Amino acid sequence: MPKVEVNGLYKVFGSSPLQIIPLLKKGMNKATIFKKHKHNVGVNDISFTVQEGEVFVIMGFSGSGKSTLIRCLNRLIEPTGGSILIDGEDITKASTSRLREIRRKKIAMVFQNFGLLPHKTILENIAFGLEIQNISRSERNEKAAEMLKLVGLEGYENAKPAELSGGMQQRVGLARALATEADILLMDEAFSALDPLIRRDMQNELLSLQEKMKKTIIFITHDLDEALKIGDCIALMRDGEIVQTGPAEEILQNPADDYVSNFTQNVNRVEIITASSIMRRAEAIVLEKSGIRTAAHTMKELGISSIFVTDRSGVLLGIVTIDKVSGLIKKGTEALANIIDNDIQTVRPEASIDEIIPLFFQSNYPIAVIDDEGKLKGIIFKSTVLAGISGEKGECV
Amino acid sequence: MILNSKIPIGDVTENGIDWLTENYSEFFTGIRDSIETIIDGLFWFLISIPIPIFIALIVLIAWYLSSKGTAAFAGIGLFLIQNMGLWEKTMETLALVGAATLITLVIGLPLGILMSKSNIAEKILRPVLDFMQTMPAFVYLIPAVYFFDLGAVPGAVATIIFAMPPIVRLTNLGIRQVPGDVIEASKSFGATSWQLLFKVQVPLAVPTIMAGLNQTIMLSLSMVVISAMIGADGLGRVVYEGITQMNMGKGFEGGLAVVILAMLLDRITQSLSAEQNVSGKAYVKNLLAKRVKNKSV
Repeated sequence: MPKVEVNGLYKVFGSSPLQIIPLLKKGMNKATIFKKHKHNVGVNDISFTVQEGEVFVIMGFSGSGKSTLIRCLNRLIEPTGGSILIDGEDITKASTSRLREIRRKKIAMVFQNFGLLPHKTILENIAFGLEIQNISRSERNEKAAEMLKLVGLEGYENAKPAELSGGMQQRVGLARALATEADILLMDEAFSALDPLIRRDMQNELLSLQEKMKKTIIFITHDLDEALKIGDCIALMRDGEIVQTGPAEEILQNPADDYVSNFTQNVNRVEIITASSIMRRAEAIVLEKSGIRTAAHTMKELGISSIFVTDRSGVLLGIVTIDKVSGLIKKGTEALANIIDNDIQTVRPEASIDEIIPLFFQSNYPIAVIDDEGKLKGIIFKSTVLAGISGEKGECV
Repeated sequence: MILNSKIPIGDVTENGIDWLTENYSEFFTGIRDSIETIIDGLFWFLISIPIPIFIALIVLIAWYLSSKGTAAFAGIGLFLIQNMGLWEKTMETLALVGAATLITLVIGLPLGILMSKSNIAEKILRPVLDFMQTMPAFVYLIPAVYFFDLGAVPGAVATIIFAMPPIVRLTNLGIRQVPGDVIEASKSFGATSWQLLFKVQVPLAVPTIMAGLNQTIMLSLSMVVISAMIGADGLGRVVYEGITQMNMGKGFEGGLAVVILAMLLDRITQSLSAEQNVSGKAYVKNLLAKRVKNKSV
């Protein structure tokens, strides 16, 4: 069962919003409805599902309805139609008290402008969600102190929000949301108010926290770089509708229409394209035990001057060059092991291009892509990197 | 369209007040007695404090909440009042203003909250508040005397009516001014409307409410002389006697005491609505912070 399932969600602002839904279903667009019927369409027939532990990013320009959509998910804004299932329970039908319970225990939210209480200390702010639940002071302070530590703000317990920088304030916002132990996090442009360097720090921190906590996160942003960086799955919104949904690379490589490709044009591909998407199949390999003549033969066959060596299970051992192989043959020794050069650069499949490029300055050899067990997954040449940056898809393994 | 006959607004008001005094005399006596008890109690409390201790306390409070300057002013001002022989009269005025302010708060705060929560209540209350504030204060004196007889009580009632609008208005304003994102965040964590009100909105509105309290106290003081005309005791009586006896010196002394009291109350209550770096509170805070630091070192 998906953690969050949204079906045919509508939000129309105006005096009689229910009458607008049939018009939307007939296909009348947002602009016409605004002109003719004086109603503003915020969310138009949106459906999506989010799996447990997934980071689902909803992105769009301002006015696309993304902030309205996320507020519908905990009914800070009352949806006009459709259903929102959370763990199978339709919260659009929940009573006021049930809704309060869900907000307290299941869904926590982080806001663009932090929404901290200026009259409370940092510790009290983090404990606020627990205070609302009437949890005792000692218990909630203990939990809050733990969260404070988690986001790296020890020593600021008794400071007031105004004394903290924007980045630190948002850490407080995040800690407050985590303190309730809700398993769904709604993040509304959570990092958009921060300057770029701090924003990147916070993104990394969120990712490393997510690694530990495995929350279900629904993240709103207008920044595609951010979406691609943190999203397992991305939904692009325009005029209250979802234009395309898919994993980062799919959206980048196969934009559904001009709107999406316009969006993706300005993306810094260097950060997004990963080693696994541009690497070539490792054809030029030789097994350690196969010996020196096989190595020489393979290199001659492929017309290359060096070749990677692996053991039988595919674990990368190093590289040998044609010069050394020839030298060895002249001496008459057979063992390949003696001339393996293990001073080679390796990367993981998830490494991005901007991590890979500098490695070429440190090595004359191609770069090996290896997995956690050290097995050779593919090879990256200088030329493959250029192809990746220019948007041509590399050959997949 | 011009009518030949006069619409009997004045007559209707008069008849209405007659009817009220006849039919609800017990109700008004009850109110009269309770207000009188509060004023008297407050007066006996204030007068029972020895003058030097009283002055020292006020000086300390002025320093703690406001600044050294205010503290010095408090010391000199109160000394002057005592020296002019107006101590008891000043305490009577303080008791009257204190009681009126207390009752104003008890009625005004809930009204302000109601006004902030309901647009309908705001629509109804706004003209009523305008009426209360702009109707010349003397006009309240007549029905006040009808209902409550002569003395301090009708003075207090007229004062309450005249001084209430600012606290209601500024409570309303303060709560409405709480940023939407803070309210939204509180709601998103499942706050009930009572929790929202008392944990978020009212605490954040406190500085604005305090500004309203300051206004209310100032307006109460401005009613002191007017209430003296219907028999309220205190500094107002001194000024009023000064006027009727054409005694310039007496009138000025009484007036000066009112000014000193007003400035003192103003400075002290004003400091409640703003954090001040020069106040004793900031000094004590720093001292405590230093001590904690030294300990940890």
